[in-house]
Amino acid sequence: MSVPLLQADVLSVVTAALSTVRDPELDESIVDLGFVRQTSVVDGHAEVRLRLPTYFCAPNFAYLMVADAYDAVSSVPSIHTTTILLEDHMSSAEINAGVASRAGFVGSFGAEATGELDDLRLTFQRKAHTACLERACQLLIAAGWSVDGLSSAHLSDLPESQERSSLLRRRGDIGLSVAEDAALFVDDSGEPVPAEQAPMRLRFARAVRVSIDGNAHFCRGLLTTRYPEAVADQKPRRTGQEAS
Amino acid sequence: MYSKDGEQYFIVDAHIALWDGSARNLKNVHGKQFIDCFYDYHKNLSPAEVVWPYDEYTYYGGDRLMKDLFTDGYVDHAIFQPARLADFYHNGFGQTEEAWALTQAHPDKLTYNHYFDPRDEQAGLDQLRLDAERFGLKGVKLYTADWHGDSRGYKLTDPWAYRYLEACRELGITNIHVHKGPTIRPLDRDAFDVADVDAVATDFTDLNFVVEHCGLPRLEDFCWIATQEPNVHAGLAVAIPFIHTRPRYFAQIIGELLYWVGEDKIQFSSDYALWTPKWLIEKFVDFQIPEDMTEYPELTTDVKKKVLGLNAAAMYGIEVPPELAIKVPAEPEAEVAVGASA
Repeated sequence: MSVPLLQADVLSVVTAALSTVRDPELDESIVDLGFVRQTSVVDGHAEVRLRLPTYFCAPNFAYLMVADAYDAVSSVPSIHTTTILLEDHMSSAEINAGVASRAGFVGSFGAEATGELDDLRLTFQRKAHTACLERACQLLIAAGWSVDGLSSAHLSDLPESQERSSLLRRRGDIGLSVAEDAALFVDDSGEPVPAEQAPMRLRFARAVRVSIDGNAHFCRGLLTTRYPEAVADQKPRRTGQEAS
Repeated sequence: MYSKDGEQYFIVDAHIALWDGSARNLKNVHGKQFIDCFYDYHKNLSPAEVVWPYDEYTYYGGDRLMKDLFTDGYVDHAIFQPARLADFYHNGFGQTEEAWALTQAHPDKLTYNHYFDPRDEQAGLDQLRLDAERFGLKGVKLYTADWHGDSRGYKLTDPWAYRYLEACRELGITNIHVHKGPTIRPLDRDAFDVADVDAVATDFTDLNFVVEHCGLPRLEDFCWIATQEPNVHAGLAVAIPFIHTRPRYFAQIIGELLYWVGEDKIQFSSDYALWTPKWLIEKFVDFQIPEDMTEYPELTTDVKKKVLGLNAAAMYGIEVPPELAIKVPAEPEAEVAVGASA
């Protein structure tokens, strides 16, 4: 028999569940980004209010965050019903109603959409992997590895670190091996990168990482310009430790 | 013209606007949210001492524009890049007649680019021919996330877009400024994706494609196509204000662009009135890559001169006084990606 949780405990469990939801473009938790404005639980019903940096944030990414938040909160054992409300957004009405009725993206946006968002999500999970791979490679280079030599590195060569745990999680997201003897420097499909391609691949991976970091800075700043009170909710994104 | 430490810089601001986001012009809540979003961009990235009051920001008029750009802002020449947003504003967002009158009064200082929307199909194509003649168009600004009836965006590879680009080629409209936004049709695709720019740049090698805000938020995808397509250029709008709030981050953006895109294909733009050019130019001339970022080469004076004006002047045929051109021989170029130089 389960013991009823205290109100504060329920809230912390719901917040922990929300922490697993990431902004797909920024590869960061919506809780750390300050996107969760308010969470309440009454008699097993959870209500979560989300806010975004702009009214015009892309509706497809906004939908993914709302739908993922719904799934995460609904999975908390003591929660029986869940409402996720995206506020102040151009597509608030379509997204909130669509997620509540489990309509899917096409069901929410009708003729404007032609498919669900699996491909979009995968594209950005791959970018997130590439950015984390670049950080991991820089860690090895700082420890004396040559760029060409990275093509023979394995996950076992990567010491316990933020970079390592971030990379393993992203590899898991896109179905790549996380075994210790798996090659470290691999492309989106898990194929090892040959030594002669390593410099260019690493160079491009840096551009991916710079792009994601820049978007995160911009979106964080815009959120606190739009909602000054969000400053208190944002967890700082530190240089070199952006992805967790 | 801007002078500092014995060097003189010819300044072309390649992306400016004369907009009206004031209450009288709002059609709906989206128009109000759009100008509010711009104002948040402005407040978020500007130094506190140059933040405008909200009401002035929504509509500022031609006199203020001339003062901010040419009296206070060191700009020698500026190019209008208007957004239509007809579904948000009664008279559109970019004020065509006012900007055109200002251009006619100051033809040495201003160039007027107009817009088209391929979803207007034949009627829009006919209008483009009239506009090309009326404004003497050398360039157009395309905002692919503009709302248009039940559509919230388009791709440059849509069949009608090809017909418009063919007309541009015929009419001598050689400079296509592409501004990606958050929506596209279908909505399940990434609206910021620049793959369509890649396709049309390959098919229209005689047109220049300037991707505004250097592809952000898809900097990497933009860099990748710009490396391969000699006619794809970077506009620095939105990226350059980071020079104040996050200079180390700006160093990484400009470092990546110089490597992938090359110093001949990057254009300064303030995105006025999102930001004002004076402080951007002052900070850019003073800027240097931090010494600990050894992965990026030094930002030379020649590179700064090209970015701040010479590149856009070359694209638009704007005359540069000989004393403001780069001295020959130029400084040695830094390493760039294969194909990055124009």
